[in-house]
Order: sequence, then C-alpha cells, then structure tokens
Amino acid sequence: MLEALDIFTQANFWAATLRIATPLIFGVLGALLCERAGVLNLGIEGIFVAGAMSGWLAVYLGLPLWGGVAVAAFTGALFGLIHGVLTVPLGLSQHVTGIGVTLLATSVAYFGYRVAFPNVATPPRIEPFAPLDLPLLGDLPFIGPILGQQTAFTVFAFLCVGVVAVVLARTPLGLALRAVGDNPEAVEAQGLSVVALRIGAVMAGSALMALGGAFLTLSAFNAFYFGMINGRGWVCIALTVFASWRPGKALLGALLFGALDAYQLRIQTIAGGVVPSQIFLMLPYIVSIAALVLVARRADYPRALMKPYFKGQR
Amino acid sequence: MIRFVPRERTPVWLTVAVSVGAGLVALLLTAIPLALSGAPVFTAFALMARGAAGDGFALAETLTRATPLIFTGLAAAVAFRAKLWNIGAEGQLYAGALATVVLGAGLVEAPSYVLVPLVLLGAAAAGAALLLVPVLFKTRFGADEVVVTLLMNFIVLLFVQMMLEGPVKDEMALGWPQSAPVLDEATLPKLVAGLRLHWGLVLAVVAAVLLHVFISRTVWGFRIRAVGENARAARYAGLPVGKAMALVGILSGGLAGLAGASEVAGLKGYLTADLSPGFGYAGIVVATLANLSPLGVVPSAIFIAGVFVGADSMSRAIGVSNYLADLVVAFSLLSVLVGGLLTRFRIVFVRREPA
Repeated sequence: MLEALDIFTQANFWAATLRIATPLIFGVLGALLCERAGVLNLGIEGIFVAGAMSGWLAVYLGLPLWGGVAVAAFTGALFGLIHGVLTVPLGLSQHVTGIGVTLLATSVAYFGYRVAFPNVATPPRIEPFAPLDLPLLGDLPFIGPILGQQTAFTVFAFLCVGVVAVVLARTPLGLALRAVGDNPEAVEAQGLSVVALRIGAVMAGSALMALGGAFLTLSAFNAFYFGMINGRGWVCIALTVFASWRPGKALLGALLFGALDAYQLRIQTIAGGVVPSQIFLMLPYIVSIAALVLVARRADYPRALMKPYFKGQR
Repeated sequence: MIRFVPRERTPVWLTVAVSVGAGLVALLLTAIPLALSGAPVFTAFALMARGAAGDGFALAETLTRATPLIFTGLAAAVAFRAKLWNIGAEGQLYAGALATVVLGAGLVEAPSYVLVPLVLLGAAAAGAALLLVPVLFKTRFGADEVVVTLLMNFIVLLFVQMMLEGPVKDEMALGWPQSAPVLDEATLPKLVAGLRLHWGLVLAVVAAVLLHVFISRTVWGFRIRAVGENARAARYAGLPVGKAMALVGILSGGLAGLAGASEVAGLKGYLTADLSPGFGYAGIVVATLANLSPLGVVPSAIFIAGVFVGADSMSRAIGVSNYLADLVVAFSLLSVLVGGLLTRFRIVFVRREPA
C-alpha cells in the first residue's frame, strides 16, 4: 500500500505527468477555441495524427525542430480550413463532418507515411527536442529533476495557455470570438463576419491540436507510429467540457489527466501480477467519461455551439 | 449571387445520383495523392476495380466484406435518423463478438436451430446494452453521446483483450491471444461451398428490409423520425422522446452487435482483438453515403467493401499502400455531405442580393 503512495514522492512521476499532459494541453486549448466560436471539431483525433506525422516528416527531411512545429501547425490549420468551410458557410453536420475530417487526416497521414517509407522494419528516427538545461531552477531539489526532464515544447504549451487566455478574455478579437459562439446575430449586427471569425477560430484551434500531435513525435518520442494517438484527441473533447471552456481549467484538467495516466502506468507494475493490466489502461477513458457525466448538467455550453448561422435567417 | 432555397421534396433519383456522384468524386480526389505519390493512377484504379469485382471470386470476397458493413451501416443509419450520434459501433461490434464466443464456444450445447438464434440474440443484446449506457447518460445527465461512445470503444477493446487473455482464452492456441472456436452448431453456414461468403449476408439484407419497413411503416418508426427531425416539437406533441431514444439505442447497438456475431460465427470462427479493421467507423460512411436509408445501406456497403477489397488486391499487385482505401472512404464521406446540400436545397442564381 505504501508503495502506491510512494509514487507521489517520485520526481519521475511528476515529470511524466507533465509529459503526458502536454499534448492534451494543446488539444484542449484547440478544442476550446473552436467550441467557444460555436464549432465542435471532431476532426481533432485525425488532426493529432496529421500533426504528428507532418511535423516529424519535416524534421526528418532536414528542417529544424521548430520548423517541424510550424509545419505541423500549418497542416492542422489546413484541415481546420476544410472543417470550417464545410460546417460554417455550408452548415453541414458538425458531428459527421468532424468524423470525416478525422478519417481524412488519418488516412492522408498514414498513406503519406507509407509513400515516404514503403518498406521499413523499424520506424526511422529523428533527434528530438533535448531536455531543458536550466541554470538556476535545475539545481533545486525535487523541482529541478522534474523540470530538467521537460523540453522547450512543454514550455511552449504553457505559453500557449497564457496567450489563449489573454486573447479570449482581454482583447476585442477574443470578445468577438466568444460572442460568435454565443450570439452570432449580435456579431453580425456589429458589422463583423460570422463566417470569417468562425473559420479563423477553427483554423487556429486545429493548428493547436496538430501541435499536440507534433509533441509526441518531436519531443515525447522520436518517431511516428501507426495508432500512436490512440484516442488522445477524443479525450481532449471530454476534457474541454470538464474545463468549462476556460484555458486555465483546461490546463488543470490536462494536468490531472496526465497525473492519472502516469499513476496508472506506475501502479500497473506494482499490482501487475494480481490485476490485469487492461484494467489500468481503461482508467483514463473511464475517468474521462465520468468527468463528462458529472459536469454535463452544470456545463455552460457556448449557446450557439453546433448551431449553423445563416445571414438574415433566424 | 447564389442562394440556397430549401426543397419541399427530394426526388429519389436525385438522392441516388448524389450518392453515386459522391463516390465518383471521391475516386477523383483520391487520384490526386495517388498521382503525387508517383503511382500509375489508371493502372491502380483498374486493378482496384478488378480486385473488387473482376470475377466471381472477387465479387464473393467483396460481398463477404460488405456483410459487417451492412450491419454497422444500419446501426449508424437508424441512430443518425434520430440524431443519436452513436460513434460506438466499433465497441458494440466487439461486445457482440464477445457474446458470440461466450455463448457459442461450448458454454451452451444445443442443436444449431437453437444455438444460432441464441448466439445472434445474445450478440444483439450485448451491443444494445452497451449503447444504452451512453443513451442513459444523455437523457438523464445531458452528457454528449459522441464523446462517451467514442471513449467506450477503447474501453471495450481493452476489455476484450483482457477476456482473451483470461476467461475466453483458447488454451490450445499458442502465442497470439484468441478465443476458443465457436461450435459447429453455432456457426453460420457458408452460402456457396468453397467461398468465404456466409449466411450473415442474407441476415444483413433481411435486417435492412425489416428496418426499412419499421422506420417507414410503423408508429414507433414515425416517432423515431419525429424525434430526429425536432426533438422539442416531438416532446411538445407528447411523444415519448425518452422511450424512442432508448428504442433507437437498442436497435442501433443491437445491429452493431450482430455485425460482430456475423464476423465470428460466419467468417472467422473465433475472436481476436483485431477482428474489425474499423467496421464500426466505416459504418458511419456507409450510412451517410446511403442518405441514412436502410435499403440504400446495402449497395453503399458493397461499394465501400469493394474499395477495401480492391485496394488490398491492388496493393499486393503494385505495392501502393492499401491506406488508399481509407482515403477513398474519407473523401466519400465528405463529398456526400457536400452533395447532400443538393438534395436539401435548390440552388438558385439571382442577379442581385434581395433587399
């Protein structure tokens, strides 16, 4: 029993928490940006895959690591553009279109990977982001080893939380974005374009989602694997509701989920012989569903979420 | 200036034309990445067509692959009609498959006219029970069923893996975990000796016809459609919305469960964790391509199955990745969604924006 508690005192555990949380931070931020503007983006799972693959491939082909990050963001924005055009001006079902974008992004990534590497036994590798070398913080006891295992990509994720929070809460653009997800008529009355705002938000959100995927291939691992996203995108959609569409809470939700996932991985080795490993692997998904069910009633959904807007029509 | 004017009625020929057109557009769009990859586009498509329907053997293989897709396509069609976004057919398929080996691999010994119906019923019940959970979460707690059904797919697959390493494991099989084989009495017979085609196809087509009759000719079918078109109006009119949703859940989950039973009892004979290469997700495409019509699901499933079987065969012949099939499927879904605008709206060109 003590062993189970002991995990919390290990710097490794907290380092893993941050590492697991980072892609989710990007994903939840992206989903929240889309949904705040009124568009549910179920393309997230596929956009994660496309971001992971394109960012990695760019680096493999010789771009610097941050170049790969930019390529991933651009790829995400492209798929966001597809989702945005189909759901905003054309008003198609956001559910089905999102699933379509996921299928498309996933198959483009997989097909592209197979074209680039027709027959490889072991996945080709790149040199990923190096752990941070912090001058003062790195020497601190406990905190030092935790931070020393992170990369600049994780720092970037935290920066993005701040930027999205400030833009949403403090700028005219943020006000317009929030309004377009709550009351698009009012936005139109201000002379702003609902279509442009929503498509812009979906593109920016999708770019963030793709960064979540790119973190996996450029920082957490050093190669691209089939099936490596494994539901992370869907988890982000659940966490977005849990976070009530707020960047700060999104960060908290991602960290909690990261801690849970890191914990189940460690407890598996302790209880491994007695309890089947699958039980632990199920936990993150079960907790996501539980969190969703618990907050669903109180959830303050953006009022125009999933409601297409057509000019001059109520 | 282009305006969309809603249509009062949509002619059937237009609906069919849009679906066929979407399939063709999808093939055209797929030609772009295919050409970019440096593969011979025409050869690849010709080989795909031949692999899918070139001879009797190929055609039988396509129909075999279409069988689970008809079931999952029907599962998506009935759910989406009621705007119940069941994206969990993959998990429900595995639940049905698990029920099939639990009941059919020795637990119950009975002649086939008892055991086959029992296995099918058990599989449908397992799939239905699995979908009733998110339906309950939706109606009781307002939790979005999309995310819940999606996440449940991962839970079910892990549960199946756990069962395959434990209670339903075949002690005789070495290495890769698989279940004990289903008894002969629980097996769906082959349709033609020497081919993999089995009675599951007949069941699937019968299910499509029954579902069509149910949705278009019965009171509950009408209620389901009413709930899908406008849940608030249906509730205002005094329709039992909760019960209708539960019924949709039972039908949709049950059909997806049958897909699993048909694959195990008709084709594979035992359960492994890689039973379905995404039949559940492909069912969404099948249903959308069929404009959510149960009868349309049959040809639509055959088309998607042909794409997969053809791509496999083409891939073996000239080494172009069979992920090409997934590209066609994804493009089909998006094209038919856009094409669907033509069935719902008339496009009118007007000179000037009306004041």
